[in-house]
Amino acid sequence: MALVHDVMPPFQLFQPSSADEVLDLLATRADAWIMAGGMDSFDWLKDRTKRTSVVVDLSQIDALRGIREVDGGLEIGAMTTLVDVAEHPAVTARFRILAEAAGVVASPQIRNQGTIGGNISQDARCWYYRRGWSCYRAGGSTCYADTPTAVNREHAILGADRCVAVSPSDTAPTLVALDAQMVIRRKGGERVVHAADYFVGPELDITRLTVLQPGELLTAIRLPATFAGARSYFEKVRDRQVWDFPLVNVAAAFRESGGTIAEARVVVGAVAARPLRLRAVEAQLVGKPANEATATAAGELAIEGAQALRYNAYKIPLMRNLVRRAVRGGPLPATT
Amino acid sequence: MADTKKLVGQNYTTPDLLAKVMGRAKYAEDFRADGMLFARLLLSPLPHARIRTIDTSAAEAIPGVRAILRASELPAPADTVTDLGETIRANPMAERALSDEPVYAGEPVLAVAAVDEETAAAAIEAIHIEWEALPFVVDPLVSLRPDGPSPRVEGNSWGRAPAEPGKPPGPLVVQPIKWTADDFAEFDQGKLPMGTPQIDWSYGDVEAGFTNAALVLDETFSMANNQHHVLEPRSALAYWRGDKLHVHTGTQSAVQTVASISRWMNIPAEQVVLITEYTGGGFGSRATGAVICMVPAMLAKKANAPVMLRITREEEQYIGGIRPGMHGRVKAGFAKDGRLTALDLYLIGENSAYEAQNDSASGGRFISLLYQPPAMRSRSITVLTNTPPRRAQSQPGGLQAIMIVEPVIAKAARQLGIDQVEMRRLNAPEGKALWGPAARDGKRGYVTSAFLKEALDKGAELFDWKTRVARSGKKNGSTVRGAGVAVSTFVAGSTGFDGLFVIKPDGKMYVKSGVGNLGTESVFDVHRVAAEMLGLRWDQVEVAWGDTSQPLPWTCVSGGSQTTHAMTRAAHAAASDAIAKAQEIAAQTLGGSPASYRVADGRVSAGGRSMSLADVATKAIELGGKYDGHTLPENLNKVTTAAATTLAGQGLMGVARDTYPRDGTSVSFVAGFAEVEVDVETGAYKVLDYTAVGDSGTIIHPRAYGGQLLGRSVLGMSHALALKTVYDQHYGLPLATRLHHSRPPTIMDIPRNMQWAAVDLPDPETPVGARGIGEPPVAAGACAILNALAAALGDDVFKRAPVTLDSLLMALEHGRPMQEPLTAHI
Repeated sequence: MALVHDVMPPFQLFQPSSADEVLDLLATRADAWIMAGGMDSFDWLKDRTKRTSVVVDLSQIDALRGIREVDGGLEIGAMTTLVDVAEHPAVTARFRILAEAAGVVASPQIRNQGTIGGNISQDARCWYYRRGWSCYRAGGSTCYADTPTAVNREHAILGADRCVAVSPSDTAPTLVALDAQMVIRRKGGERVVHAADYFVGPELDITRLTVLQPGELLTAIRLPATFAGARSYFEKVRDRQVWDFPLVNVAAAFRESGGTIAEARVVVGAVAARPLRLRAVEAQLVGKPANEATATAAGELAIEGAQALRYNAYKIPLMRNLVRRAVRGGPLPATT
Repeated sequence: MADTKKLVGQNYTTPDLLAKVMGRAKYAEDFRADGMLFARLLLSPLPHARIRTIDTSAAEAIPGVRAILRASELPAPADTVTDLGETIRANPMAERALSDEPVYAGEPVLAVAAVDEETAAAAIEAIHIEWEALPFVVDPLVSLRPDGPSPRVEGNSWGRAPAEPGKPPGPLVVQPIKWTADDFAEFDQGKLPMGTPQIDWSYGDVEAGFTNAALVLDETFSMANNQHHVLEPRSALAYWRGDKLHVHTGTQSAVQTVASISRWMNIPAEQVVLITEYTGGGFGSRATGAVICMVPAMLAKKANAPVMLRITREEEQYIGGIRPGMHGRVKAGFAKDGRLTALDLYLIGENSAYEAQNDSASGGRFISLLYQPPAMRSRSITVLTNTPPRRAQSQPGGLQAIMIVEPVIAKAARQLGIDQVEMRRLNAPEGKALWGPAARDGKRGYVTSAFLKEALDKGAELFDWKTRVARSGKKNGSTVRGAGVAVSTFVAGSTGFDGLFVIKPDGKMYVKSGVGNLGTESVFDVHRVAAEMLGLRWDQVEVAWGDTSQPLPWTCVSGGSQTTHAMTRAAHAAASDAIAKAQEIAAQTLGGSPASYRVADGRVSAGGRSMSLADVATKAIELGGKYDGHTLPENLNKVTTAAATTLAGQGLMGVARDTYPRDGTSVSFVAGFAEVEVDVETGAYKVLDYTAVGDSGTIIHPRAYGGQLLGRSVLGMSHALALKTVYDQHYGLPLATRLHHSRPPTIMDIPRNMQWAAVDLPDPETPVGARGIGEPPVAAGACAILNALAAALGDDVFKRAPVTLDSLLMALEHGRPMQEPLTAHI
């Protein structure tokens, strides 16, 4: 069979109007493909690299859209567009880093169409995997991005386990930093998982980046009041000022008291298969003033154990410096 | 020229603008034809392979599949016969539309026409091919190794067998070139190997120049391969009307693409009709169209129906072609005062396994012109690999060579303590500056004029150079700024084409423009010269373009920045012809001598005697002969003669070939200035500001000129910022298959307020004074950024372009460049 990387093959399209209908469909159609904004799905389908006979389009489900006040925090429907997240007054006022991250995803067109649920649940962007090379993540038995000739400038420096793909999301690290909770429904049930546990590395499951199982649907993201209005930091470093995935991004939130850090969340994206919460760094920060010395020490600790591939050694100092900046704070732009 | 210029040098709205803005402009893909089929391509999955077996039966059985086209069904390309009657044999190893032995991953192998694209794609998937994989290589230096693989069974370079005494050289053939292990001795130190070159020329005493130098630098630098990423991919619609083939497609030349299609299809040019009113960019990659248009043409014949082939963005990355990436090594000697004493340049260019885009061979000439070294040696080699076809891209050869040399000039200025603008003034060409090696007569060629110093002075003032230099290298928080200047040059004009128009009895001028409409606006601009000379208002001029079923004159290709120069000359010649005829008609009608009449404001007048051009046109038809085109000049190109013949009898014809003398080669210059701000904690940088000043003679259309000057500078910026191709060398396969993987710059990556200006001094060797400006801004844009980065961070921070943040950050961490300098496609 000759390969064609163009022209979307036919499939059966469902456009249910409620989450319950989705769950019914998922329960009966084992190969159903859930599509949110389509920014990830169309890429796979139009490329003919992944196929399905059934697409369940969530775009008609109003109940999955919108941002609501819940217990001093917010509940964001999974189908809320990135532009709506970035511009929502409650998000910009109290969870600024999420707004900043949503506001620098890809390009304006993609932010208008792409959703928060889709952004955090999108598949890996490793160009070997996306192209259909039969790698570990695709069910094969090798990693093409980790060979002597592989071009892996955008791949992992931490947490690699056979696969060296990274989490490509900009909003995911901010959700982990803000202690967000993911509301996941399946037919006849619901579970709520912490953002840090929503994302998985290859050591747990090499074929997916989240804990979502077949039959499950991410319906909402809850932001608790814990870090509402707290000092926080987000920065995305990318090759172009728009329409680019992060080379590295960092999200952090701090509760401070008496001039020292009382509680910290420091999360780095695009360095591992999931947004990496730096618990050792967080622990070291407690009780310290947010000054240059603390920041420098945090940066050094952050990169312990980092291992470079042939073309991504720069991610180590970049991650170190971004963690340093996050702790140091200051009036820096959300992107460089 | 008329006393007061009402058209030349003025802004105006081109006749195609509204259609473009309103979406009414029809590009190839916008056309539909009754019963039209759609085609899809089967692309090679391997870098080099041969079809061992193929089974298309399942595809043929799919309802709606109408035809499958194999490479073996393509007509053999025809030989070319030049105007002088010389036959150029078709290269049997040249790129074709389809191939059973693809030599790069992504090369079209076969095509299917079906009732829709879904069916065609399904049919392609149903085709089973068993491939015989062949040796491949995707890195020129790997191929040059003593035991390196070759991209063709025959070798890795184009060459000719040595000619026997007294006989002409043999045809071009692919041969192996392998260098010795000794040639690679310094490879691991990042120094470019310099084995036996294909081309080696020099002038002056190079060794003495180095001996006498106060400073000698020896630098290796590499620049990436870059796709063209034109906005409109090379889609085409084709159908047959009787024996006439109609093709709708984009091209950089309406007239000369007919010849290409005729050659590819091996049918007479008279049987080709090309509709190409609008073209979404070319940059050199479709100077005379694209060979892929054969696929719908042949499928249309086979299926007896119109066939549309829409080219995808990914396919465009393959068949659209690539600017050759280049490795270079520069040894340059400088006197204490900054003057170059000698320059030794070695360039290794990469090429596909098809025809050579010999950028490496031409690069040295531009260096010899731009910096006027008193002694210079230039060596080069072009190495074939299993990567997509190399095609000319704006400033081919010039861009790469200047990107390799400019940073060395900047480094020398820093080491010698000389201001960067002054450094370039000191070494700048002036007047009829010499360039290139000596010709057979022992003399070096020269250019028509050079006002680069004036461009540098104007730019330095506009850019506030001194203020920006004063803050260069100073740290502010984690950021540091740098200001850079760069100079650039490229050829900018050809001669010998024809102008053709008719002034009809309604008093209007009907111009036939054979120029391609690729967005530069020269398709209209050049004709304003003729209108101006005849004293007509622009609303009295109708320009026909983009459809070769209409009579169009022999016209240059809009490549190599020729058009403004070549076709203003042709327009001038045609207008002069019409004026002379109008004077004669007026003298015959009203009395007096022809020379006593002047043409102005649409009238021919002498003293109190006067007649309108409308009346002259009526009279021309009465008189016939040369006046209305029934008799034509003998020196016209046959294409023009045919066109003018069909227009005869409609009014006063202006028709002539440009035979104006020209002493020297026409080249243009640009000085570019950039300021960058680097964040030393991330390596990321922004281009804060950019100014370009052009020296290309008289400005015909300022707004279009500014668009070219800055637009092409942005193309240059992309070479500095991020644009590249990526291949996995072990598999020989492309990894940057998505447009965003190649990272062309976005509107957010370039400065918001860029400035442009022109020296605006007329070229002394052309009657209108105008040259082209398309190419030289590219290297100016690229190198101004490279030099600004070095001004901010110091020397030895990067060794290849594009300069992405990873390379800067690693260099800052380690105090030296860490990026692999000599690996291709990373």
